[in-house]
Amino acid sequence: MALIDLANPTRFLNLAHRMLPWLAEITAAVFAIGLYLTYGAPDDYQQGATVKIMFIHVPSAWLGMFCWGLMSLAALGTLVWRHPLADVAAKAAAPIGAAFTFLCLVTGSLWGRPMWGTYWVWDARLTSVLILFLMYLGVIALWRTVEDPSRAARAVAILTLVGAINLPIIKWSVDWWNTLHQPASVLKLGGPSIYPTILIPLLVMALAFTLLFVTLHIAAMGNEILRRRVRSLMLMQAQSAPGSGA
Amino acid sequence: MSPLAALFVRDIRLAVRVGGGAGIGVLFFLIVVVLTPFAIGPDLALLGRIGPAILWLGALLASLLTLDRLFTVDHEDGSLDLILMSDMPLELAVAAKALAQWLTTGLPLVIATPLLGLFMNLDGDASAAVALTLLAGTPALTFIGLIGAALSVALRRGGLLLAVLVLPLTVPVLIFGVAASNAAIIGPLPFGTPFTILCALTLTSLVVGIFAAAAALRQGIE
Repeated sequence: MALIDLANPTRFLNLAHRMLPWLAEITAAVFAIGLYLTYGAPDDYQQGATVKIMFIHVPSAWLGMFCWGLMSLAALGTLVWRHPLADVAAKAAAPIGAAFTFLCLVTGSLWGRPMWGTYWVWDARLTSVLILFLMYLGVIALWRTVEDPSRAARAVAILTLVGAINLPIIKWSVDWWNTLHQPASVLKLGGPSIYPTILIPLLVMALAFTLLFVTLHIAAMGNEILRRRVRSLMLMQAQSAPGSGA
Repeated sequence: MSPLAALFVRDIRLAVRVGGGAGIGVLFFLIVVVLTPFAIGPDLALLGRIGPAILWLGALLASLLTLDRLFTVDHEDGSLDLILMSDMPLELAVAAKALAQWLTTGLPLVIATPLLGLFMNLDGDASAAVALTLLAGTPALTFIGLIGAALSVALRRGGLLLAVLVLPLTVPVLIFGVAASNAAIIGPLPFGTPFTILCALTLTSLVVGIFAAAAALRQGIE
């Protein structure tokens, strides 16, 4: 099925209703495997059991960035191709991305307390992720400010594309600046530098988080389509109401 | 006179004459800086240490607040429609307006910095360093704020929401601006490294800001 076929919201809703139970079940299954593997993963020789925070922290950080990337693609869809579902996708993604970024900040700060001796440092990686979180909040605020969804969509799209400049800064902040946050260990040239007993549970958890994101995102998009229908039905009702003068 | 130059001259005239906002930015800058010693106490050593940061914060807020209605005013009196309909590329028109805006609001901040540096207990060299970083950095603030000013036409709203949207984008400029000032005053880092990054940020925001603002204007007027 091509992307253009999904432009029809009804068709998208049908597909979403059929896919959602399956997606939810697969997500739960992968989460079960991932958590089991996490439980079995060995403790770090320096960090002890706190290393297990990583299995939540790293996937949520990836998802927080992935979500803004997806919103940027959706922004292109809104501005360039005028795909009718693009702004629905962008709007549904923003709160989920904010939640993942928040999770990343909270787990990172809980991890930082025993390891670095502080909840927060103004380090390049931490600061750039905090900016990402603030930009998510700004985008959500913008969506909630403008009543007409298509007008809001184009403003948000431009802001999203500008904000996408932050993504490479987050990714390479640990290489460009000498930071307290450790440098990249999984996605880097020359292959990962993590031992497989830790790497495999991490990748399974990352897959589980991604599936969770896809499930939540499709569900949220369905809700948004229904919400817009309710809005236009209410507008029509108000217009045809007696005494409205329309 | 070419249409672009005419637009530039018109914007400068509007800013410096009655009803324009050219002087208010500097006044706001002055008041923010003067308020700081009241908030933290008249400790001269402390003021000298945080002086560059306060000057940068004041300049950041002053240049953003003056940008608020840059395009909205043109939209209200219809001249924005004329600019959109004219032959010149919208990006260049936006750039001309941005340049006029910086000359009337950004440059006065730079000129006022040495005086305000005295209030912050900065010596001559330190004030000169801060003024130099502001000279390199305030155009970036104008170009980034331009995006917000253009969005406010599309949204028919301004004020606090735009500050929330635009301020996170200005963080890199603030970081490297203050880093370069501090490098010049206390070291130990060389001044050149953060300063060249600051210049790079200004050039990048020149490209991004102008195109994004033009796109926002096109989307906002239909």
